[in-house]
Amino acid sequence: MSRTASTFRNRAAPRGLRLALAALLSLFLIGCSEAASNNRAVFVLLDISNGYAQEREKVQQLSAYLLSELGAGDSLAVAFIDNSSFTERNIIAQTTFDARPSVVGQQKRAVLGKLQSFMEGFETPSYHSDITGGILLGRDFLHGTNAERQHLFVLSDLHEDLPPELNRDMALDLAGIRVVALNVLRQRGDNNDPGAYHERLASWKARVEEDGGRWQVINELERLPRRVALR
Amino acid sequence: MFSDILTIWSDSPALSLAIWLVIAITLLYAGRPHAHQLLRNTGRAFYRSLRLAGAGVRQLESRVSQRNRDVLLAAGREEAESAIEREFARVAEIVERDLGQYPVLHRRLNETLEKIETDYHNSIENKPMPPAWQELMDTIGNLPTSGDPAVNSILENIRDVVQKSHDETLEAYQSDINERHGILKGMRPDWRNLGQTMGKVHETITGLDERSRSIDRQMAEYERMRNSDDEAVNTLMASSLKQFFISSLVLTIAVFGAIVNFHLIAMPMSEMVGGTSSIGPMAASDVAALVIIMVEITMGLFLLESLRVTHLFPVIARLNDRMRRYLMIASLVILVIFAGIESSLAYLRDMLAADQAALAQQLTGEATGGTEFGWIPAMGQMLLGFILPFALAFVGIPLESFVHSLRTVLGAVTLGVLRALRVTLRVTGGLANHLCAMLINLYDLLIMVPLSIERMVRYRMENRAAAQAEASEPAPETQEQAPRKRSRKRAEPAAAETQADADDLPLTTQEA
Repeated sequence: MSRTASTFRNRAAPRGLRLALAALLSLFLIGCSEAASNNRAVFVLLDISNGYAQEREKVQQLSAYLLSELGAGDSLAVAFIDNSSFTERNIIAQTTFDARPSVVGQQKRAVLGKLQSFMEGFETPSYHSDITGGILLGRDFLHGTNAERQHLFVLSDLHEDLPPELNRDMALDLAGIRVVALNVLRQRGDNNDPGAYHERLASWKARVEEDGGRWQVINELERLPRRVALR
Repeated sequence: MFSDILTIWSDSPALSLAIWLVIAITLLYAGRPHAHQLLRNTGRAFYRSLRLAGAGVRQLESRVSQRNRDVLLAAGREEAESAIEREFARVAEIVERDLGQYPVLHRRLNETLEKIETDYHNSIENKPMPPAWQELMDTIGNLPTSGDPAVNSILENIRDVVQKSHDETLEAYQSDINERHGILKGMRPDWRNLGQTMGKVHETITGLDERSRSIDRQMAEYERMRNSDDEAVNTLMASSLKQFFISSLVLTIAVFGAIVNFHLIAMPMSEMVGGTSSIGPMAASDVAALVIIMVEITMGLFLLESLRVTHLFPVIARLNDRMRRYLMIASLVILVIFAGIESSLAYLRDMLAADQAALAQQLTGEATGGTEFGWIPAMGQMLLGFILPFALAFVGIPLESFVHSLRTVLGAVTLGVLRALRVTLRVTGGLANHLCAMLINLYDLLIMVPLSIERMVRYRMENRAAAQAEASEPAPETQEQAPRKRSRKRAEPAAAETQADADDLPLTTQEA
């Protein structure tokens, strides 16, 4: 009997030790593991086609807001929509902010500098506007960041005018992405037929939502902080 | 469903309802004794159960109260013992410092006294007063001159010699007087020295007297605690509560200081550990900042413990002096290093804040310009970063008071909760009993019609029986029955009183 008890004690002690070690290891792993990514990723599309190029200054206002809101670990890219938007050359600036605040400041200045250079060097608006290509470019960037919250801001009149050689008849696959159409200008034709404007917005909304995204329209940039919670 | 049941007797709801009422009242009347019994027993059961629970709570309350009292007295005794020990140590210090040199002092006093005595003797060994030369001179002067020049010459010579002797004696006497004055003058420093020495002795004796009075006072307090005097318990309780509130206040201030410290180093900490990683729901930089503050507080605790200011860790108190000194030096060095780190972090914070402000200005398109006095907040933050760790290091003192007084406060709170629970149980039991009594009356109110009929029938039957009894039996027996009826009537209110007073029933031995 006493032998059994002592055997039990001998076995119980290592078991208890093992349990304690396992608990400590679990705590250590929980403590040291990276929590699920709670970063943000933002992709800004600027339409530089004929009907919208005059609104390009808005992108600076939007960028200033985004740069002040985004922080360490977040990603930001700014691209323009022209005749063919699904190319790397369309990206004006892109960055993922460093974990150190001092480096983040430098990165923000670099993004701002590239944007200002683009604005200063802009001369000719594009003839066509490949909005779908831009959205596909933004989707690839946003999915690549693996951020928890992904926003795609589109500064455009949403009037797509594709060159004949481009094939954009495909699914957008915008799962987890919030698409925010900003400053959607009414075109001259919309004045004659206001229904066309709403029809255009509705068709984009349907397309985005069918492809898994969420759709939002904000025409006044001042309302952006209240309508879109980046934090 | 309800309407179907309601109109089961007749299509007219009123008639059907009346029938239902009659049935219900009849049933209630038939079940009256059982219903009364049920309600009465239920009320009693509630009342007794809750009262029993109340008695249990009361016992627990008295145990907790006794325990609190014991703990309080033990803590007070310990404190008084240490205070008395401290007083004795002070007395020993005074005795060692002042009276330890008493033999030297005594020798010095003796020497001074001997010297004074010698001087005194020297001063009283005076030369004899000069004889009455003047009288002799007058006598010689008054001698009648016979006109003999020889006699005159002799007399003149005698006068001169006497005059000369007088002058010499007077001069010697004056010189002696001067010498004695000199001796007395030389005694003055010795007198002064004697006075100062005696003053020192007086001061020491007075200090000892005050200490002894303080010890007497504390001994009396200690005696009261040993005798478990209520006054001593109340005093200790008040003192403990005071300590609790004061230490809570100081700890609250320390918490605010720690929050300020946290905000001072949390942002620049992300420069060291990164701003993107997180531990659980908190950012890693925040956790790192908190850890630094906690380590500083811990080092402060160790420092105070090794200095024997606080007594939170018996292990440190048991260390020998050498190890304790090592621990003290190690804690202090780590504290200083952390203070330096915090100071540099505070400077980094200022730099980052300035950079962010410049970036914000650049984003909004405003003109950027450096501030002229930007170094002042930077210096302020650096100083704050260096001083706050040392300020937080002293949190051990209020923490110790808080921990010690918390036991008393928790005991008092527990006692209050138990007391409230006991009162609640007793009140609930009494209410349940009264509620059941009220329900019995309400039950009778519902069936008042058949009850009235019953009373009427019983009255008539009793009257008839009484009339028959009067007719068949002699008068004295009738007179004997009257008091019996009265006694029954008297007994009924007594039973009612018993029921009404059920709330105040004493507990049986088993319940207690």
